[in-house]
Amino acid sequence: MLELASNKGERSADPALDTSPLAIRGLTVSYGQKPAVFSVDMTVRPGRMTAIIGPNGAGKSTLLKAALGIVKPLSGQVRVFGQPLDAMRARIAYVPQRASVDWDFPTRVIDVVMMGLYRELGLLGRVLGRHRARALDCLDRVGMKDFALRQIGQLSGGQQQRVFLARALAQGADLYLLDEPFAGVDAATEKAIISVLKGLRAEGKTVVVVHHDLATVRDYFDDVFLIATRKVAEGPVETTFTAETLQATYGGRLATAQVDQLSQALG
Amino acid sequence: MLAEALLLGLGYNATLVTVGAALLGIAAGITGTFLFLRKRALVSDAISHSTLPGVGLAFILMVAFGGEGRNLIGLMAGSALSAWAGLLCLGWLVRNTRLAEDAAIGAVLSVFFGFGIVLLTVIQTMSSGRQAGLESFLLGSTTGMLWNDAVVIATGGALVLAVVALLHRPMTLVAFDPEYAAARGVDTHRIDLAMMGLVMAVTVIGLKIVGLILIVALLIIPPVAARFWSERAGTVALLAGAMGGIAGYVGAAVSATAPKLPTGPIIVLTAFALFAVSLFLAPSRGVLAALLRHLWFQRRVHLRQGLLALAQGQPIYERLTLRLLRRAGLVRSDGVATEAGRARAAKALRDEKRWEVVRRDLAHEAAAALYDGLRDIETVLTADQIAEIDRQIGPPTGVTA
Repeated sequence: MLELASNKGERSADPALDTSPLAIRGLTVSYGQKPAVFSVDMTVRPGRMTAIIGPNGAGKSTLLKAALGIVKPLSGQVRVFGQPLDAMRARIAYVPQRASVDWDFPTRVIDVVMMGLYRELGLLGRVLGRHRARALDCLDRVGMKDFALRQIGQLSGGQQQRVFLARALAQGADLYLLDEPFAGVDAATEKAIISVLKGLRAEGKTVVVVHHDLATVRDYFDDVFLIATRKVAEGPVETTFTAETLQATYGGRLATAQVDQLSQALG
Repeated sequence: MLAEALLLGLGYNATLVTVGAALLGIAAGITGTFLFLRKRALVSDAISHSTLPGVGLAFILMVAFGGEGRNLIGLMAGSALSAWAGLLCLGWLVRNTRLAEDAAIGAVLSVFFGFGIVLLTVIQTMSSGRQAGLESFLLGSTTGMLWNDAVVIATGGALVLAVVALLHRPMTLVAFDPEYAAARGVDTHRIDLAMMGLVMAVTVIGLKIVGLILIVALLIIPPVAARFWSERAGTVALLAGAMGGIAGYVGAAVSATAPKLPTGPIIVLTAFALFAVSLFLAPSRGVLAALLRHLWFQRRVHLRQGLLALAQGQPIYERLTLRLLRRAGLVRSDGVATEAGRARAAKALRDEKRWEVVRRDLAHEAAAALYDGLRDIETVLTADQIAEIDRQIGPPTGVTA
């Protein structure tokens, strides 16, 4: 008790706030009068892949958007690499849901990837050969180099998702936040995305993914974060991704398909 | 006469109007592109109609302070302020009520416009201030346009274009993917406000020439027409600027060839002509190109189906199929396959079998994804791969017919 008291007022009372790539404390977000995320704490561990898991409408995407300042929280704080969000924008890359965009927009694949260089190019900076080379390199990493000059509407859903990932790569960030990147994509895309994400982890980057497929959690991720408006559990997959925590997360809301997946996933 | 007008040979006033309209068209086309890409095109209608009360109030104020009442700068300032008020009302309605944007636009547009008309009627009854002609701001009027007016339009247009050049990247980013833009730290709300401010500026500059009712056309038609020709936002913006400029220039010149031809409406009709040409003739998105692509595709489907039917000895009832086969010299007029027809049919059937193998074999996953029943297998696989598949199928089979 004495020790605790002596530390009072210093930041080290919650050391994770100073070190974690993404630390969230007491976050509440509501649309109208209904909280979508209620008083959530989250501490992402560096150099690991974390899955955010929960039923539909559990606040997974909202949590991510609040962490990025896209939606304004009612309360709570977000720290990125120990700093306020705005100071660390350049180090966070975001891959939004595919459905959030009009795919008939007049832009080519390489132009989309180049949007990842937005801060680097500034308002009036000219697009140079090295910028283009970097965009092409990022497209190559997701297997989409041959599509660089296509209009984005000509791509399949999975290809569009890979282009979004390439845009995030172009930014050269340290923390990657992805919203349902595997939703409705083909097997080839899923393979391509997961291998890129694992490559990022190997480089020491931190990856956080909103994920819906319970069957692949054990194969893909190191940590899980279970949410049903409130946080249910958080920790390494081996100890945290259990029948008990999933029951607590999904309650009676598990669809039959998900129950099947679950029994497979848990053996 | 028209040639003279286009070469600016119809006198001082006509030249001022023509150059001014061209500059306005360029500014409107480029600014409108971002509005169009953000899917907020109709907001420009609310903005333009909201300028009217400002015109009336500015006139009344200037007269009350002993001014002339028709000072263009004063009227423009008034219209800008009331357009901004309209924009704020619109934003408030959308944010704080359950009204959708289209309904809110309708409400703001009609109330502001109605109020403006009331003010104009009041002004009609005022004794002072040379009120005649104030209603020309509704549809624009270029008679008696002064050098100063042209300078105001040119300066305003240049300022608008400079701001667009400065903000084109964030505006494009916000239009394409607002959430991503927000995640990158772009203040999307402020970018939207800046875009609306630009639209407002164009509207105010355009009051004199095209008037507040038709300015919408110059903001929307050029981008929509330009979209037919390009798949890149920057190119669309530049093309829209060019089309807007041409519409302004040609429209103003045409209206100068005869007395009583209204400038604004003629400019809008010229813009529409450019739109119509784009709609029909644009190479990949145009209506004509789409029709030709459809017919070409239909032809391929029919030929393929016909060949497979020949190969399997099935009768062909479809008239179009028979006609296409006959014209290609693949069947005789009595419906029996020619030498060439039998060869092509055998190849078509063979290819179907090859595709079956490809689609069963996981190693050919990428190629199999391209199967659509029409694609020639040679365009997907190498000769060696096809030879390997042929080994699996066995020797070629003949045509039964």
